[in-house]
Amino acid sequence: MNSISEIIQSWSIIERMLAFFLLAPIAGGVLAGIDRKLSARLQGRYGPPVRQPFFDVLKLFQKERILVNKFQNFPIVLFFLFTVFSGALFFSGASILLAIFSLALAGTFFILGGFSVSSPYSHLGAERELIQMMSYEPMVILVAVGMYQVTGSFTVADIVQHQASLILYLPGVFAGFVYILTIKFRKSPFDLSMSHHAHQELVRGITTEFSGPALGLIEITHWYENVLLLGMVYLFFAFNPWLAIVASLGTYLFEIIIDMNYARFKWQLTFWSSWLFTAVAGVSNIIVLCFLK
Amino acid sequence: MNVLIFLIVFPLVISVLALALPRGLLIKRIIGVIANVVLCAVPIYLLVTYLDKGPAYFHLESHLINNSMLVVEILIAAYIIYISIRAKRYLPVLLVFLQSVIMLSFEFTSGRGMQIEHSLFVDKFSIIMALIVGCIGSAICLYAIGYIPEYHEHYKEVKARPRYFFFLMYLFLSAMFGIVFSNNLMWIYFFWEITTLCSFLLIGYKNDQASQESAFRALIMNLLGGVVFAVGLVYLYHSSQVMELNKLIQLDKGYVLIPAVCIAFAGLVKSAQFPFSSWLTGAMVAPTPVSALLHSSTMVKAGVYIILRVAPVLENTVAAKMLMLIGGVSFLITAFIAISQSNAKKVLAYSTISNLGLIVACAGINTYSAVWAAILLIIFHAVAKSLLFLCVGIIEYKLGSRDIEDMDYLIMRMPKLTAIMMTGMAGMFLAPFGMIIGKLATLKAFVDSNPGMAIILAYGSGATVFFWIKWMGKIISIKHGVFKVMEDRVSRWEWITLGILAISTVAACIGFPLIAFRLVDPFILEVFGKTVIVDPFSVYMILLMMVGLLILLPLGLFFFGFVNKGYKRVGTYLGGANIDDVTFEGAMESSQTIELKNYYLEKFFGENVLFNAGVFISLILLVIMFGVAII
Amino acid sequence: MGWFKKSPWLLHYNATSCNGCDIEIIACLTPLYDLERFGIINTGNPKHADILAVTGSVNEKSKQILKNLYDQMPNPKVVVAVGLCAISGCVFQDCYNVLGGADKVLPVDVYVPGCSARPESIIDGVLQACEILEEKYAQQKKAKQSSPKSQTNQRQGFNHE
Repeated sequence: MNSISEIIQSWSIIERMLAFFLLAPIAGGVLAGIDRKLSARLQGRYGPPVRQPFFDVLKLFQKERILVNKFQNFPIVLFFLFTVFSGALFFSGASILLAIFSLALAGTFFILGGFSVSSPYSHLGAERELIQMMSYEPMVILVAVGMYQVTGSFTVADIVQHQASLILYLPGVFAGFVYILTIKFRKSPFDLSMSHHAHQELVRGITTEFSGPALGLIEITHWYENVLLLGMVYLFFAFNPWLAIVASLGTYLFEIIIDMNYARFKWQLTFWSSWLFTAVAGVSNIIVLCFLK
Repeated sequence: MNVLIFLIVFPLVISVLALALPRGLLIKRIIGVIANVVLCAVPIYLLVTYLDKGPAYFHLESHLINNSMLVVEILIAAYIIYISIRAKRYLPVLLVFLQSVIMLSFEFTSGRGMQIEHSLFVDKFSIIMALIVGCIGSAICLYAIGYIPEYHEHYKEVKARPRYFFFLMYLFLSAMFGIVFSNNLMWIYFFWEITTLCSFLLIGYKNDQASQESAFRALIMNLLGGVVFAVGLVYLYHSSQVMELNKLIQLDKGYVLIPAVCIAFAGLVKSAQFPFSSWLTGAMVAPTPVSALLHSSTMVKAGVYIILRVAPVLENTVAAKMLMLIGGVSFLITAFIAISQSNAKKVLAYSTISNLGLIVACAGINTYSAVWAAILLIIFHAVAKSLLFLCVGIIEYKLGSRDIEDMDYLIMRMPKLTAIMMTGMAGMFLAPFGMIIGKLATLKAFVDSNPGMAIILAYGSGATVFFWIKWMGKIISIKHGVFKVMEDRVSRWEWITLGILAISTVAACIGFPLIAFRLVDPFILEVFGKTVIVDPFSVYMILLMMVGLLILLPLGLFFFGFVNKGYKRVGTYLGGANIDDVTFEGAMESSQTIELKNYYLEKFFGENVLFNAGVFISLILLVIMFGVAII
Repeated sequence: MGWFKKSPWLLHYNATSCNGCDIEIIACLTPLYDLERFGIINTGNPKHADILAVTGSVNEKSKQILKNLYDQMPNPKVVVAVGLCAISGCVFQDCYNVLGGADKVLPVDVYVPGCSARPESIIDGVLQACEILEEKYAQQKKAKQSSPKSQTNQRQGFNHE
């Protein structure tokens, strides 16, 4: 493992960005496949093959392109580009804040795409996505703040190399982050705006009007985003790379189990519970850290 | 020094000309254009001249100036008393009376022998402010040339007084230059009162019940600020024989805490922080150029300007903590309230207060990185917010409403205007644009000094993102079909201004390293002795994003608009019951039209509860602030 | 080669079924039959679907909706008529308001008999539909190569008769 991390550290920024660009969709797709298989097993089903997400996306790219208006896919392309960009920023070791804000920009494009088609289902989905964004944004910023308090730097490169274990200093922040990760991974109980599961009350929410290649692109973007988020989980355990990888995967499994065990929340509950949890876990952790110093 | 005097006197001359020349003359418009070019060019000249120099102080002592200022002050006081009595409102009379008594007794007793070493000064921060006032101010005056006739077309019952209007606008510009260049606190106070007067008269321009109400509320609050300002000045002179800004900062903190708190109080009133926010939201009845110029980009910035100037005195005191908390509370609560508003101008007003709150909080922290962030916020906010106000002003007349819910399909009805508006909104909160750079810097400053504030910022940005994106979503929703484009009757004057401001929103962002390293850094270095070190990689990445957007957006629009052909168009999904895109067949063969409305989350972010809470909390903080200063 | 066989997504529309066949379609999703192991997902949105499964006889009211849903599906697409009503109208075919089976309105590719259709036969029908999807995709590709501008940019109408 140490030799691997040495190799990674010897890469230049461009090489790291490229590696992320090429490897993240593969990792994200496999994770999504494991997710579906595991979900099925938890429900007592056999489940689709692990490669299923790739089949879905390849098929979507073979479908005819149907549009409601001719500009609707443009925000989706930008959503893809900026998500990849923020992931590349993160894995190249740039400022974590920059990655977060760039990801927010990408999310904004996605929401605008949902608004722009002026379809009722899509509109409601976008509106809910927006509420979700408002719900998780404080915690995401607090993660960066907490890491800065411990390591004294916002750059991912410095945080990774920090000797002490972040998780010991930031248990509350980590708990809060896991809570909002459920929103970011689009898992139940917070899969309000769009869902990977069958029928929901908004048809397919924000993605209702996007089909074929655009939907495939949204799916791939989601893989990139998941890898980026798991990268953020990695940072909490970065003092030991093996442990960190196990912890990231463990977090992902945990989210799947949560997904299987909860019914969907209303947006009101989603909103105030995530702000409250952020306040209880994240804020208190940061204030305690503040006094420790 | 001559340049400074010119900048103060020149708008004054123009304002007198605007009042004197009869209506409708071509020459008047020409003068207007020339004046604006000059007002734009001179601060840039100033910038070029002083780019590599430190602050410069100028001696200017003349009894003539002081006496004429005194006379004007008395005239203003008399005028306000006259108007207030006519409107049967006696609180302003009392305040003006109090203020005049304080100032006059001071002038005739100790003020006679007062020696002022440097009356005027210029440093990087004043140049930045002058650039904002000069460039944005003059652009907005251009806009007003096109706007005012339409305003009167729209409100037939309002008496057309364009000469009076332009007189006040230019007078205001003159006063603003006065505030940013004066070192003599008496002068700052004098110009301060003129901006109060201009604001009052311009809010009441429409002259109906609602605008009179708002105008007097603004007047009362700002006069209260003025009284406290005056008390602070008198106290300052009696305790330490000083009447100059640069000397005030160097004095021993024990002596000058009370005057500094008094001045900061006046700044809080002017920048409409809690508990004084209600005057700014009321001021939205004024014609749009007024809102854009006075109530978003310049006058309210004078408040934070003066707070930033006196902040060094408050350093490490409880008063500074209180200032920081008032800023934080204003930032957070007004960001929340903005979510529940559907009136476009009110959303803009609350967002203005919110951003000013952030700047005040930075001033309260007053570390080098906080002030650095505050100045960046001032610059970016001024450009983007005035642009948004002007856009809303046009939309209001074309649609006959300033309600966000009426702006459906705006991109089809006014494509160009929507594009400009999107630029402005992106400038307010999105990643590569200015405000977010400012917020990044602010976050860094907050975490370094006080992580509690970082928490406020985290929640506040969540709320900010919400109300901006839902507005953006509203205006860019597209309906298939042909719409009548409604923007053909927007006047050329208005387009020019919108163009200038939109370009500067983008340019301010691309030129951000230039602004930060050449303008802001030297100033911070002068004051604090060290400055912010920005990670160059982050700067490159921000620039890359910005340039990427600039290239991608037009390319993408062109591609999807013209090149992209291989698709099939279908209707939106309406459960299969489509009649067309927005109508579907309901029960009993009725045809139902879909209507899309935004969420306002009234239950969580109701205006009444939150506003009162904000006033209550900040009143307590204010009392503590004064309490510790006096003790 | 296409990937349709690996990931066919399903849209289920109930024209006027007695709910018998609908229940059987839902039963296909249950752990016992587990449609998802073939990659089949019940989407509920025509724009994401490849296969339209119709249950029940088509009547005057559902005719237009069925057409609209079919129009909003991107090519290649297949229609599966599930149950006797969707095939012919069954016992309802002489009703004053019933047109008959789904093939009165749409080009049906696969007929799944039964009243109600059994889950096994539904799964079998859907998998056969996948083969047809592949065929259609191949044809579509061929047609596109011979005349690249054949089906571009056409406006779909919503005319009520």
